[in-house]
Amino acid sequence: MIAAQHVSIENRLRIEDLYAEYAACLDDARFEAWPDFFTEDCSYRIVARENYDRGLPLALLSFESRGMLSDRVYGITQTLFHEPYYQRHIVSGLIVKADDAGYRVRANYVVVQTKVGALPLVYSVGRYVDRIVEVDGSLRFAEKICIFDSELIANSLIYPI
Amino acid sequence: MDLLSREIQLDWHPDACARVPYALYTDQAIYERELERLFYRAHWCYVGLECEIPNPGDFKRTSIGERDVIVVRDKSGAINVVENRCAHRGVQFCQKSFGQTKTFVCPYHQWSYDLRGNLIGLPFRKGVRQGEKINGGMPADFDLAEHSLTTLSVETWNGVIFASFDRSIEPLRSFVGPEVGAYMDRIFDGRELTLLGYSRQRIPGNWKLMQENIKDPYHPGLLHTWFVTFGLWRADQQSQMIVDARGRHAAMVSRKNDGGKSDAVTAGVTSFKENMVLHDDRVLDVKIEPWWNGPTVTMLTLFPSLIVQQQVNSLSTRQIIPTGTGSFDFVWTHFGFKDDDEEMTRRRLRQANLFGPAGYVSADDGEVIELSQRGFDQHTELATVCELDGRGTGGADHNVTETLIRSMYGYYREVMEL
Repeated sequence: MIAAQHVSIENRLRIEDLYAEYAACLDDARFEAWPDFFTEDCSYRIVARENYDRGLPLALLSFESRGMLSDRVYGITQTLFHEPYYQRHIVSGLIVKADDAGYRVRANYVVVQTKVGALPLVYSVGRYVDRIVEVDGSLRFAEKICIFDSELIANSLIYPI
Repeated sequence: MDLLSREIQLDWHPDACARVPYALYTDQAIYERELERLFYRAHWCYVGLECEIPNPGDFKRTSIGERDVIVVRDKSGAINVVENRCAHRGVQFCQKSFGQTKTFVCPYHQWSYDLRGNLIGLPFRKGVRQGEKINGGMPADFDLAEHSLTTLSVETWNGVIFASFDRSIEPLRSFVGPEVGAYMDRIFDGRELTLLGYSRQRIPGNWKLMQENIKDPYHPGLLHTWFVTFGLWRADQQSQMIVDARGRHAAMVSRKNDGGKSDAVTAGVTSFKENMVLHDDRVLDVKIEPWWNGPTVTMLTLFPSLIVQQQVNSLSTRQIIPTGTGSFDFVWTHFGFKDDDEEMTRRRLRQANLFGPAGYVSADDGEVIELSQRGFDQHTELATVCELDGRGTGGADHNVTETLIRSMYGYYREVMEL
């Protein structure tokens, strides 16, 4: 068992900032900057809640390095044909704990999708289960799991959550 | 008498499977006839894998056409499929996607059924005694046996479960036929399967567009950059287009090459990215498996409800569940084999990044299907063109063809009488 550690108010605020910056990056469609939020050997997964709850290993996307995140960015911007859309992330309810492996954060998220000429759609609803570490004085995601309740994807999922 | 045979007005030239009227994707009466004739009668529909319900009492819910069904393993180990609809008042009694049970009990009036769908009891059947008087109860001639759940025909293909509401349907093996059956046997040869998980998407397009998509070897090397750039599927590959005797099922079989530039298939193809290099190529860490016997990809379409994918080391079933003329649910079940080592399981999971609603070579299929449907919605009188490699039907020894789509519509017209 890893002993829980105290989280200072300052660090709590830094972590909240990290989530705000992360959401702003995706909502502004600055996808090239997205991998910078992660460590080099990060794990990023988008997982259906049914798979997560039942211990089934399949993820919608499962990346094991910042390189794979960069490849996804190339996919989004260069190879995957898709109808463009806006994303709006609403992140709330951060629960922050700390141990020797870093900060453990759980947070709720809602992503609203808006396409040209269409009404906004509640696109993905779920929670982040993350581990955050300090790298050269700034915070990075070492692990990020997006566990979505909304098992049915509204057609496709192109951009990161 | 076909109760759902509403009159359908359709101007479709008798010989023209090379033209598909837009109305086939938008007309409610045609859709209702499809449900009746293609999903509820004379066709085996996919309902799951045996490894999803390994133990007695295990069940899963799924759908055939628009009807909710439960696939359940009973005490004897046999698999039964029953409709999720109480014989009493029509309640869709089961609300769990997966579970374990000894009986099915309707929440409304607690009619209970065994795992074969037999009605085994109901409250107040003999009435309720009040003093000397017995109030109510079912009539003396009420027979439990006449009020079972609707039970379906069930057959399995080495771990793959099919069901049909049609109790007089032909055997599964003869339904699939030997041509495509050989490729079913190649993947499902009796080895035990392991379940890796699910992806589910709702695609706003007609269900047939997904059958067409996987009978269309023309698009992968054009729409999907990864296929053409890395040589997983493109027009210069050794390929076989295999079709059953009736034209309804098919297998697209091919062997990957090394990709890269080739004047014949990449010149002018905007999706080809000559200088594309992956930062982390573990996603394409392909390992040849002995059972492949040559092909690196087999895409099987079993009409109307199933696609079976082997694309290098990634394996999945993809189930088509129509939800109206302009929408269907697409359920991916990824699997491996019991004797896979940890490394092979990880490889299958990594390659799964190519597939599913977010996959590098699949997410855009849903996107183009949505856009096709929008085009169809703009007109009722037009038709799609389907003439690559001629106007005929049947198989082919290359992948520059739309013959499998024409073959499917040849069969479709016959059954649909359109």
